[in-house]
Amino acid sequence: MTFINYAAREINCKIVYYGPGLCGKTTNLQYIYDRTNPASKGKLISLATETDRTLFFDFLPLDLGTVRGFKTRFHLYTVPGQVFYDASRKLILKGVDGVVFVADSQEARMDANVESLRNLEKNLIDHGFDLQTIPYVLQLNKRDLPTAMPVDELYRQLNFKGEPTFEATAPAGPGVFDTLKAVAKQVLMELRKK
Amino acid sequence: MSDFVLFDEEFHQIKDVIGRLKADAQAKVVFIVDKNGQQIAVQGDMESLDTTSLASLTAGNVAATDGLARLIGEKEFPVLFHEGERDNVYISIVGQRVILVVIFDERSSLGLVRLRVRKANGELERIFDTIQKKVESEKTRRQEGFDSPFAEITDEDIDSLFRE
Repeated sequence: MTFINYAAREINCKIVYYGPGLCGKTTNLQYIYDRTNPASKGKLISLATETDRTLFFDFLPLDLGTVRGFKTRFHLYTVPGQVFYDASRKLILKGVDGVVFVADSQEARMDANVESLRNLEKNLIDHGFDLQTIPYVLQLNKRDLPTAMPVDELYRQLNFKGEPTFEATAPAGPGVFDTLKAVAKQVLMELRKK
Repeated sequence: MSDFVLFDEEFHQIKDVIGRLKADAQAKVVFIVDKNGQQIAVQGDMESLDTTSLASLTAGNVAATDGLARLIGEKEFPVLFHEGERDNVYISIVGQRVILVVIFDERSSLGLVRLRVRKANGELERIFDTIQKKVESEKTRRQEGFDSPFAEITDEDIDSLFRE
């Protein structure tokens, strides 16, 4: 649900990074935070456990610049990936404008990817959204690991509507901003239809 | 799902109401957030406060508490109160749609804040009802052929946001 503020001339959009536990959602936000000009970003908030696993969400507000006289502000959220945090995960999707699915490229995590994607679809439906139509980007993360599966195979199993798909190595950066740009573009394009 | 739109006129009305609430309740800061974590308006001494983070955490807090409420068979908990050593936070839900947050210290009291918030809640509810009606009538106008200000966003507009 985009928030259009005519008084402040701002458009506020919410993007959620989804995916199985330890796939690199928080690392994506951390990289974006580290590489963004201090004037364009707010604080990165992480509600994490003592062992640095996301407990509720990470949050990063980002100013991207001006479109048609309106400041565009994106609020990036991650969800907790661990299966048993489903109730919290669902809350984060409230009012979402665009979703990034971060997949773990390792073969051993394929089942977790598929389970998380199904969980995303179900939780979106509960909020009245449809994964088929919502702005959506797939990121194949951890491409640097020797255990990473071939891209073709991941694409075949996880890409379901020809959505933009990016290879990434989140800690080092490749693919991180391409992913963000692709989802932000889809979200802003949606505004045209409204 | 419809977008949330805030127009100049109502923005100033909201600012007035929460400005008065801040004075009447002798609060430090009063702000309004939508349930998705977007800050709508704020009054008070914000210099030492990261209001964007406050907005997002408040919405997360309310969402989690709503989840708790439903688990025990309640519709929602319309009021949350956090008591600190110096500062306290009083959170209430306006018209099931937006969240009103009052931060206050020992110069005020829970009783006074509660009383003033109740009065402001009614006024805010009326303003948000008006906004809702406006958004709906805008929608009808658009369906009748008026363009949205964003109808002409181009690919170049968006690409330019990402140029280094």
